[in-house]
Amino acid sequence: MSLATLTRAWEPMSYGFLDGSAKREVRRKMLKAVAVPGCQMPYASREVPMARGWGTGGLQVSCTLLNPKMRVKVIDQGADDSVNAASIRKFLARVSGAPTTTDTLEADLIQSRHRIPEEILREDQVLVLQVPNPEPLRPVQPNMSIARQMHADADYGRMWLQLYEQIVRAGRVMQGASYPSLVNGRFIMTPSPIPRWDVPKLHMAKHLTILSAGREKRLYVVPPYTRVEPLVFDDVPYRVEEHGGLTCTRSGATGFFMNEIPQDDGSSAYEISDSDFGVKSIRKREGEEVAFGATWYTGGEMEGQGR
Amino acid sequence: MTPVLDVRALSKGFTMHHLGRNLGAFENVSFSVRPGEFLLLKGRNGAGKSTLLRTIYRSYLADAGQILFASDHGEIDLARAADVDVATLRQNEIGFVTQFLRPRPRVTAEALVAEPLRRAGVATGEALAEARHWLGTFGVKRDLWAAYPTTFSGGEQQKVNLAGALILPKKLQLLDEPTASLDTSARGALVRRLAELKAAGTAMIGVFHHAADVAELIDTELDLSPGAAPQEERDDVAV
Amino acid sequence: MTIALDAPRIVRTQPILQATGVSKSYGPVQALSDVSAEVYPGEVLGIVGESGSGKSTFLRCLNLEETPDRGAYTLDLPDVQGNLFELDRYARRMLCATRIGIVYQNPHQGLLMKHSSSGNVAERLLVAGERRFAVLREKAREALDASEFPLDRMDAPPVELSGGMQQRVQLAKAIALEPALLLLDEPTTGLDVSVQALVLDTLKRLQQERRITMIIVSHDLGVIRTLSDRVMVMRQGRVVEQGLADQIFQDPQHAYTQQLVHAKL
Repeated sequence: MSLATLTRAWEPMSYGFLDGSAKREVRRKMLKAVAVPGCQMPYASREVPMARGWGTGGLQVSCTLLNPKMRVKVIDQGADDSVNAASIRKFLARVSGAPTTTDTLEADLIQSRHRIPEEILREDQVLVLQVPNPEPLRPVQPNMSIARQMHADADYGRMWLQLYEQIVRAGRVMQGASYPSLVNGRFIMTPSPIPRWDVPKLHMAKHLTILSAGREKRLYVVPPYTRVEPLVFDDVPYRVEEHGGLTCTRSGATGFFMNEIPQDDGSSAYEISDSDFGVKSIRKREGEEVAFGATWYTGGEMEGQGR
Repeated sequence: MTPVLDVRALSKGFTMHHLGRNLGAFENVSFSVRPGEFLLLKGRNGAGKSTLLRTIYRSYLADAGQILFASDHGEIDLARAADVDVATLRQNEIGFVTQFLRPRPRVTAEALVAEPLRRAGVATGEALAEARHWLGTFGVKRDLWAAYPTTFSGGEQQKVNLAGALILPKKLQLLDEPTASLDTSARGALVRRLAELKAAGTAMIGVFHHAADVAELIDTELDLSPGAAPQEERDDVAV
Repeated sequence: MTIALDAPRIVRTQPILQATGVSKSYGPVQALSDVSAEVYPGEVLGIVGESGSGKSTFLRCLNLEETPDRGAYTLDLPDVQGNLFELDRYARRMLCATRIGIVYQNPHQGLLMKHSSSGNVAERLLVAGERRFAVLREKAREALDASEFPLDRMDAPPVELSGGMQQRVQLAKAIALEPALLLLDEPTTGLDVSVQALVLDTLKRLQQERRITMIIVSHDLGVIRTLSDRVMVMRQGRVVEQGLADQIFQDPQHAYTQQLVHAKL
C-alpha cells in the first residue's frame, strides 16, 4: 500500500471546474430549494472564469449537475449561436466532457438566459435559468432584511400595489419581463427576465427549473408539477405579448415568441426567438426529416390561458 | 312623587394649586326636584349658582355629598358615577343649556340643531325637519338655517343654541342664564318651550339673571347665599 | 378632596380597548410608567401632554409598533384574544392592517409619497386580501370621499398635495377597512389654522356618522377639546389625571393640568 494507491493522481483542475465542496454546497442548496419551491436559498457563489452578471449563477448550477452522459444545450435570449451561449456551452463541455446539442428535444440540461424553449420540456430534462436579480420585492422594498421578513410573512400587498399603480397610470400592467409570480401558492419569485410569454410554461411544468443568481448568491427552484401563477387582479387578466399572429420571416414559423427587427422603411420584420426551432423549421421546409416536439403554444395560443 | 334629583349635603370648592389654597364655592347643600318641577337657584354673585349646576352636570367634580339621580337605569349618584355613565346620561336624560353656543366651522345651523336627534338615532331628513321647526320657533331667520353660525351675532347664536339644547326632551334640564342676550320674542318662545317640557314632566333647575322672565314656571326657590333659609316651596307666584 | 368614582353601572358594554400597566423605558429614560386606559365603543379619548410626556409612545404601543416592557393590551373584538403585546410579528401585522387605523403627524410616516393617493388607500385593502381591481378602485374612492378628499385628484401622488390633503389621504387609508379603532397622532399639528379646522371638522363628522372609536393624541388643547369625550392628561410617562373632557378643562384637579389649561385659555 502506498500513498499513490490511496489518493487520486494530481489533476490541474477538479471535474466540472468547481471543487468538490463547492459542488456539494450547491447540491445541498438545490435540494433545499426543491423542498421549498420559490424560496431563495443563499449560497457561497464561487469564482468562475467569467464576470459576475454574465451567467455565473447558472454556470455553477450546470457545473454541479453535469456528468459525461448528459447532453447540454445553452441559449441566450433563445439563441444557441450568440457569443455568450457558445462560450458557455464550450466551457461546460470542456470541464465536464458532456456532449452538446442545440436541439431542445435531445438536451438533458438546458442553461438559458431570458427564454424558455418553445418545445415542451420533459420530466427528464432540467432547465437552468440565469438570474440577474433574484429579489422580486426589491422595487418595493430596497431594504433586503425587511424584504426577507416580508417573504416570511407572505406580506405581498406592496407587489399588488405595484400592479395597481401601473394600471392606474398606464391603463395596463407595464411589467414586461421578470413578471412576479406566486410559486406553489406561497412565495413570490421573479422568473428571471423571461418574457410574459414564457411564464405560463412554468406552471405545472413536467421539468425541473433551477434559477440561480451568481452575483446575488441566491438560487431557487420551481420543481416539476408546481403551480406558478403570475400576479394578476381577479378582474384584470394576465396577458402575454401579442406575438401569436406573427410569422418568422426566415423560417415561416408562426405563433411563437419573436424578435422584432426594425426595417429601413420604418416597418418591422420578425424572426423567431427560439433559434433552434427556427433552424428546424427551415430544414423541414427544405425537405429534411426533422423531429419536432409538442410546443406549449399552438396556433399562438396556450391552452388554459386567459383564465 | 319620588324626586328626579335628590342632592344631599353637597360641597364644592376649587383647589388652586398655583395659589396654594382652596376656594370654597358652596357647602352642605341639600334639595330635591320632582318630575315637572322648576327650581330656581338664587343668591348673590359668587354664591355658587352656576357652580352648583355644573357640579350636577359633572363638569365639576364634587368634594363631598351625593347627587342622586333617578335615571332610567335606576338611581345613580352623579358625584360618583363613572365618566362613561355620565356621558350616557348626558346624551339621553340630562340636558344643560348655557348662554353660549360652541359653533363648529362648516356645520350649518340646522345640522347643529339636529345633532342630538341624529345621535338618538333619528333619520337625517326627519331630524333636519324637526331642527328647522325649532329654528323657526326661536325666531332664527329662514335664510340663516343653512348658514354657518360661526358668523352669527350673539343673539342669533343663542337662539340656535336653545333650539339644539331643547330639541330633545330630557328628564332633567339644567338652565344657566339662557335668557341673556335674547330678544323679547325669542324669550317668549323659550318660556313656551320650557313650559311645554315642564308639563311633559321634565324637571328643571335654572339660574336666571332676570327671574321675572320665567316667573310663571317657578315652583321652588333655593337661595345659595350663605346663611339663607333652606329650600322653600312657592305656592304664590309673585316675583 | 375629590370623591373617588365608581365603576360604570349604566354602560354595561365592555370597553373595546383596555390597556393596563403599560411601561416602557429606553435605556435610562422611562417613557411610560404604568399607563392604563380604557375606551368604550364609539368613544373618543383624547390624550394631552407636552412633548416627551409619553403620549405618542403610548399610541405607538397601541398600534403595536412598539412593544412595551410590561403591560397588557386587549381589544374586545371577535377573533381577537389575549394580550396583544404578546402577538408575533405576523399576527400583529394582520391585526393592525384590518382592525386599527392610524393617522400620523408626519404624512411621510403613513404614506408612500410617490404612489397614487388612491393606491395608498388600496394598499390597506390589498394587505387584507382584496384582489379585484374594480373593488379596490371603488373602495378607495369611497374612503377618499368620506375623508372629503377631492376625487378628481385621487390618483395624484401625496408628494404633490398640500399638507391638509395629505392628512385626508392618511385618514382615508385609515378608515378604508372600517377599523374598530382609529388612532390619531397629532393629526393637525403643523397645518395652517384654517386647514386644521377643516381636518378637525372632517374627523368630527366621520366620528358622528360612523361612531368610530378614536384615540387622539395632541399637545393642542383646542384639538382635544373639539374632538374628545374623555381626556387623559400625561406627564413624564404617567397619567396624571383623566375625566370627562369638559371637566378636565373646567375643573382640572391636578396642579399640572391646571397649569396646562390656564396656559391655554
